[in-house]
Amino acid sequence: MSVNRRDVLKGLASLPFMGMLGWAYYKKHSIDNEVKNRILEELKIKAKAPSATGSMSGGILRLGIIGPGGRGRDLMRAAGYAEPQWIEEAKKGLEANNNDKRLETFLGQENLNIRFTAVCDVFDIHADRAMAAAKTDDNTPKRYRRYQDLLNDPNVDAVIIATPDHWHAPIAIDAIKAGKHVYVEKCMTHKVKETFLLRDTALQYPGIKFQVGHQHRQTLSFLTAIDIVEKNILGHISLIEASTNRNDDVGAWQYDIHPEATPQTVDWQQFLGDAKNIPFNAEHLFRWRKWWAYGTGLSGDLLTHDFDRINCILNMGIPQSVFASGGIYTHNDGREVPDVMQVAMEYPEFETGSSQEKGKEKGMTFLYSATLGNQFWRPTKLMGHDATLELGNTLTVFPDPNSTRYKELIQAGTISPDTPMYSYDPSVKGVDGVTSATAKYFAQKGLLYTYRDGKAVDSTHLHIREWVSAIRNNTKLSCGINEGFEEAVSAHMATLSLKTGRKVIWDKNAGKIAIPGMDNADLDEIIVQSGQPI
Amino acid sequence: MKNNNFTNLQLFSLVALRWLIAWHFLYEGLIKIGNPAWTARNYLASAEWLFSGFFRSVALNDTLMQVVDFMNIWGLVLIGVGLFLGFMSKYASYAGILLLLLYYIAHPPLFGNDLVPLEGSYIIVNKNLIEAAALAVVALFPTSHIIGLERLIRKIK
Repeated sequence: MSVNRRDVLKGLASLPFMGMLGWAYYKKHSIDNEVKNRILEELKIKAKAPSATGSMSGGILRLGIIGPGGRGRDLMRAAGYAEPQWIEEAKKGLEANNNDKRLETFLGQENLNIRFTAVCDVFDIHADRAMAAAKTDDNTPKRYRRYQDLLNDPNVDAVIIATPDHWHAPIAIDAIKAGKHVYVEKCMTHKVKETFLLRDTALQYPGIKFQVGHQHRQTLSFLTAIDIVEKNILGHISLIEASTNRNDDVGAWQYDIHPEATPQTVDWQQFLGDAKNIPFNAEHLFRWRKWWAYGTGLSGDLLTHDFDRINCILNMGIPQSVFASGGIYTHNDGREVPDVMQVAMEYPEFETGSSQEKGKEKGMTFLYSATLGNQFWRPTKLMGHDATLELGNTLTVFPDPNSTRYKELIQAGTISPDTPMYSYDPSVKGVDGVTSATAKYFAQKGLLYTYRDGKAVDSTHLHIREWVSAIRNNTKLSCGINEGFEEAVSAHMATLSLKTGRKVIWDKNAGKIAIPGMDNADLDEIIVQSGQPI
Repeated sequence: MKNNNFTNLQLFSLVALRWLIAWHFLYEGLIKIGNPAWTARNYLASAEWLFSGFFRSVALNDTLMQVVDFMNIWGLVLIGVGLFLGFMSKYASYAGILLLLLYYIAHPPLFGNDLVPLEGSYIIVNKNLIEAAALAVVALFPTSHIIGLERLIRKIK
């Protein structure tokens, strides 16, 4: 059949429409790119890559674990050692639910080239479980009942301390003096005096690598947040809101009580330490976070997370004053520590930069709000004159409608106050300059892990790796004694305010905590005093 | 040739439907090519309903996600081009239906599934489903041999 003019016309009739689409695409793409580039050009945010923490090769590092109960066993896993029981559970979890990635994450962890040569716990069952986790073909760990004996073991180079809070400082101080490197869980200390003593001891032994367990320092989005603040994208930050929302028994520290815990299997006196001597009490042993004698309540347990998250971005240090209030409103079960608590930390001298005339803006409040009776998600917000940063595993910046810096961009319609102008999700490649409402929704979703090269990694593993690398390669630590000192002092100020009903002051010049009107009070006495908050 | 089975108005409507869908597919493909950071990961990671487990496991697999993103983007482009030009438009239609149904089952607008903010209101039926049905019409009432490259190809053969 011959092809006539009509066939050609009808055969290629779509070409003008395809041309139209091509033109529309080109036009839309250039407009979008222009807007995106204008925003990115204005902001110049660099999604920061973490600094390399050095090689894991060389001799085997020998660790001791002190207190492998709940968190202690998490830390052992993050260091590469899981107990057989946990592996079985994770396998079953995976069979039941394809999304259960515990095992995959654990097996995918880098080998840190370490061995746990010593285990210390006051409860036999916990010690046995940790021994089973630590055992390898070339290593049978030694069980110690007293941490002092573990610290005397020449086959231990470094210790991980995951005991109840009231044991953190005494063990850490002795460990440093014994020449062992220290990784200690938060809250770094339980009381005021020991906080100073631990800092002074750590500073006296600069060769000892000391790390506090704030693993979120490894979270990639926080590193980018530092860049955002450094570039003054938010303008003067006057208010920071952080919160804890939990609504379950485990979240309220109602952990299981092991049925085999008896005076025969538990070294009760060793557990009590400097706490008031009371007869064996299994609830105190497993749910120690509920009593002032052993724990630090919401201040030390959860506020410290949020405080350190912000401190690693702003480096704002210890607040000039703290006021806290709270009560036991959701778990009235005999506990002493509050389950609802609000803390206002004042930083009148705080400045990160401003877009307005000099001297107009100075000072900031860090507001922490917690409840253990509701789990509605409240994102952390850094609120500046020019923009607000919502911070989680992802990071989103919203321009402020009355911003000075972005006035022209808002007027031109390039950016809008109800749409993020910058969004960063380390789980995807690249960065989005302008994001849609849907992207905003996804950006808000917090994720469990942090990311390296787009891959999910357990941040505790990275935090331990950083510490191991500091020991091996003399690399930098992100949460050392100074950061730990600021975290602990700020938390204790919150507890003191809660318990006295007064505003608590940090006397920067004298380097001490003061409570106006209570000059001669024994602060440690107030902290451990039993009873409910005012 | 069956070109006389349609009235002019019917033919016009069917070709218009084919081109409108083609426009949509091709533009969706091009916009994703233009944004190297684009990935279907979040869409799959937040999947709901019966197949959520499958979609989520795909979202968590980096290699698989690269394949999925590549196939999705170039699938959209090729389907769009095929429908526009009227070249292999039957295969393009069926491939398009398959893609749309995959989008649909990942986030069907069922009772209680309203995690993702939408620009309209939907229950059971949404635009993915309607577009898939429209593509079935395009596949079952072919027009590419009247208005499209297939007309020229047949003539040349």
